Amino acid sequence: MALGFFSRLKAGLTRSTTKLTTGITDTFTKRKLDDFALEELEELLIAADLGPTVAAKVIRAFRRARFGQDVSPPEIRAALADEIAKILAPVAQPLTIDETKQPFVILMVGVNGTGKTTTIGKLAQIYADAGQKPMLVAGDTFRAAAVEQLQIWGNRAHAPVVIGAQDADPAGLAFDAMTRAEREGAKILLIDTAGRLHNKAALMEELRKIIRVIKKRDPTAPHAILLTLDATTGQNALTQVKTFKDMVDLTGLIVTKLDGSARAGVVVALAESTGLPIHAVGVGEQAADLRPFDATEFARALTGADPV
Amino acid sequence: MFDALSGKLGDVFDRLRRRGALSETDVIEAMRDIRLALLEADVALPVVRDFISKVRLQAVGTEVLRAVSPGQQVVKIVNDALVEALGGEGVVPLNLNAAAPIPFLMVGLQGSGKTTTSGKIALYLKDKQRKKVLLASLDTQRPAAQLQLAQLAERAGVASLPIIAGETPVQIARRAMDTGRREVFDVVILDTAGRLSIDEALMDEVKAIRAATDPAETLLVVDAMTGQDAVATATAFNEAVSITGIVMTRLDGDARGGAALSMRAITGAPIKLMGMGEKLDALEQFHPERIASRILGMGDIVSLVEKASENVDQANAEKLAKKMAKGKFDLEDYGEQLKQITKMGSLSGIMGMLPGVGKIKQQLADADLDTSILKRQGAIISSMTKAERANPDIMKASRKKRVAAGSGTSVQEVNRLLKQFDMMKDMMKRASKLGQKGLARGGLGALMPQGGGRRPF
Ligand SMILES: Nc1nc2c(ncn2[C@@H]2O[C@H](COP(=O)(O)OP(=O)(O)OP(=O)(O)O)[C@@H](O)[C@H]2O)c(=O)[nH]1
Ligand SMILES: Nc1nc2c(ncn2[C@@H]2O[C@H](COP(=O)(O)OP(=O)(O)OP(=O)(O)O)[C@@H](O)[C@H]2O)c(=O)[nH]1
Ligand SMILES: [Mg+2]
Ligand SMILES: [Mg+2]
Repeated sequence: MALGFFSRLKAGLTRSTTKLTTGITDTFTKRKLDDFALEELEELLIAADLGPTVAAKVIRAFRRARFGQDVSPPEIRAALADEIAKILAPVAQPLTIDETKQPFVILMVGVNGTGKTTTIGKLAQIYADAGQKPMLVAGDTFRAAAVEQLQIWGNRAHAPVVIGAQDADPAGLAFDAMTRAEREGAKILLIDTAGRLHNKAALMEELRKIIRVIKKRDPTAPHAILLTLDATTGQNALTQVKTFKDMVDLTGLIVTKLDGSARAGVVVALAESTGLPIHAVGVGEQAADLRPFDATEFARALTGADPV
Repeated sequence: MFDALSGKLGDVFDRLRRRGALSETDVIEAMRDIRLALLEADVALPVVRDFISKVRLQAVGTEVLRAVSPGQQVVKIVNDALVEALGGEGVVPLNLNAAAPIPFLMVGLQGSGKTTTSGKIALYLKDKQRKKVLLASLDTQRPAAQLQLAQLAERAGVASLPIIAGETPVQIARRAMDTGRREVFDVVILDTAGRLSIDEALMDEVKAIRAATDPAETLLVVDAMTGQDAVATATAFNEAVSITGIVMTRLDGDARGGAALSMRAITGAPIKLMGMGEKLDALEQFHPERIASRILGMGDIVSLVEKASENVDQANAEKLAKKMAKGKFDLEDYGEQLKQITKMGSLSGIMGMLPGVGKIKQQLADADLDTSILKRQGAIISSMTKAERANPDIMKASRKKRVAAGSGTSVQEVNRLLKQFDMMKDMMKRASKLGQKGLARGGLGALMPQGGGRRPF
């Protein structure tokens, strides 16, 4: 992987964890790990969006191993990172393309503004560079200029973009796109969808319909249903992911906007509760700003521990 | 939205109430639960700390321990503290006290809802304040961002600044203000690109925009789902551009919305508006006391009713959409709708028993009045035969008389219902043309005649 990868991810996460790190330093310099210290540590985890329950759980594990010991800040950070990496390791899985499926159909779903369209643009670039002939589908026929936004991403990656009329039925559009992809020999079909809140039943049903219609063309498709999760999202991410998972059989997550100050600690809770693979992280607005998700790196950056 | 938190706090207070008189230990224990509930609701940690210590100070001691009804006393203390933290009582309107053209600057993180909210505010100012509004996109970053705003402007029926490729955001801002002066606009809304609070170059850029335009409102647009990052975002934007107001978007979701508390506490700026959907009319005033009482589970009756109505809309939208697609909406369906609505009317009775709802009792009484009309219509429909419901055109004088007698109403009322139903069918046809998609988004609201006054409940 290019050198820019970790340094860029780390740069974002480091900035974001300055406070957490400082906190730990303040708390633990020349101190015993006592109840008070543990409580402060727990709050620091909560401030990273781990949520009170998961934070408490991590601290319990810590207490068993370390209570009463003299600990230095680097030790604390490393141990904490290990604890978190252990939870994340099983879900750190790259998105693999099954080349026997042609086109390999990827459906991008998620709440409004989380980065679906941008992530499709980034994936299109990666697949185009790899000679995998991606085709894009402007399945968001609702939001203003959503089609044009995807078209610009398609142009950047020199990938064709299938479009329909404003307010056209996205399911019908997806079906037509499948036909076209087969005809034109596209290997990967990336379908964009309109943003939708998980608590809107009608919109979730619309999504199910898109999938039903895709299956008419290829019963094994969509081969991946990915949800983009905004790193700034707090505990609502749990309901969000669970509902999408129940409604449309999500196959994986992509965490976006990790270049900001948000730490996305809720991912830890998600790994535990859903076990859904986390394929990649978004670390910027440009085509090149998509990275594989690495559990150790993420956990170390989150806790401010030094890279391995 | 805040329901889950309400439930949580509701539990806490139920326990307190059952115990009667409070010991200090009780208060401390309750505060521990409240702390957890607030954290689970995404209120930022420093804000939670502040809040808890403030409330504990007030709660521990005579005030609570000697109160006649200790549980209610604690509720009152916590509620007051929440209201205060959310910004005291009452609505803070958008500031229009400046020389025209009045600049509004929209700022926030990527994807928080700035562009959509710009369109919503434009529509609101045009329709409700009779202002001439110019929308200008300073977003040269995101693909098709300027086009997005131009399309929204068209939908809202307001002007948008012509797009000139290659201009910098500051240049666009200047041109927008020039155009605003020259073409005599009342308000110029400057939509900016999303930016991270840690992106120094882009934060400098928005500072420069602010300096060049001196906005009357600098609105920070924030996603209601925001977690602990609310602290960093609020602090950075406030330091850079001095926020004058906050807009919380996606409050139509089910996030507990603790970010509202955090944002307000950190910036000191009032939360002015709430985004309640993707459509341009889905914008509401922010009511701190309403949200606070909702957090406490003591029943914010007004928004509860609103929410319930939304649910009815949503559930029925699909069924209706199917019927309409087949051109088959009949009186049977209408009767069904009425039943749902009257069911909600009866909610008012239950809510009236909740504490602290004195001032809305009158509104509830009004609601009951309207509900009774709906009940009568329901009675008319149930007095009709299946054939009549399916095909109201066969309703001649004799049938009308029979139905009026059967339902205890008058022929006039039967006529009124039939006429109303005809109008409704018309609307259905129109909605059909809008497409199922539009219906699913807007729910029944999209079917209501524009300017058709208030809903019947
Ligand atoms: N900094 C940063 N910004 C991102 C990232 N991913 C997306 N964005 C920005 O987030 C905003 C929203 O992204 P979109 O791709 O339009 O999101 P979406 O989910 O398609 O939005 P809707 O279709 O409106 O629901 C844009 O300004 C993107 O440039 C990321 O990884 N980092
Ligand atoms: N459900 C719901 N969706 C909203 C609301 N406000 C905005 N949205 C949606 O959120 C998404 C992003 O909105 P935008 O207005 O493009 O956000 P933005 O802040 O301008 O995004 P950038 O310019 O990329 O930073 C769109 O899909 C909007 O339709 C709201 O109150 N409720
Ligand atoms: Mg999109
Ligand atoms: Mg925008």
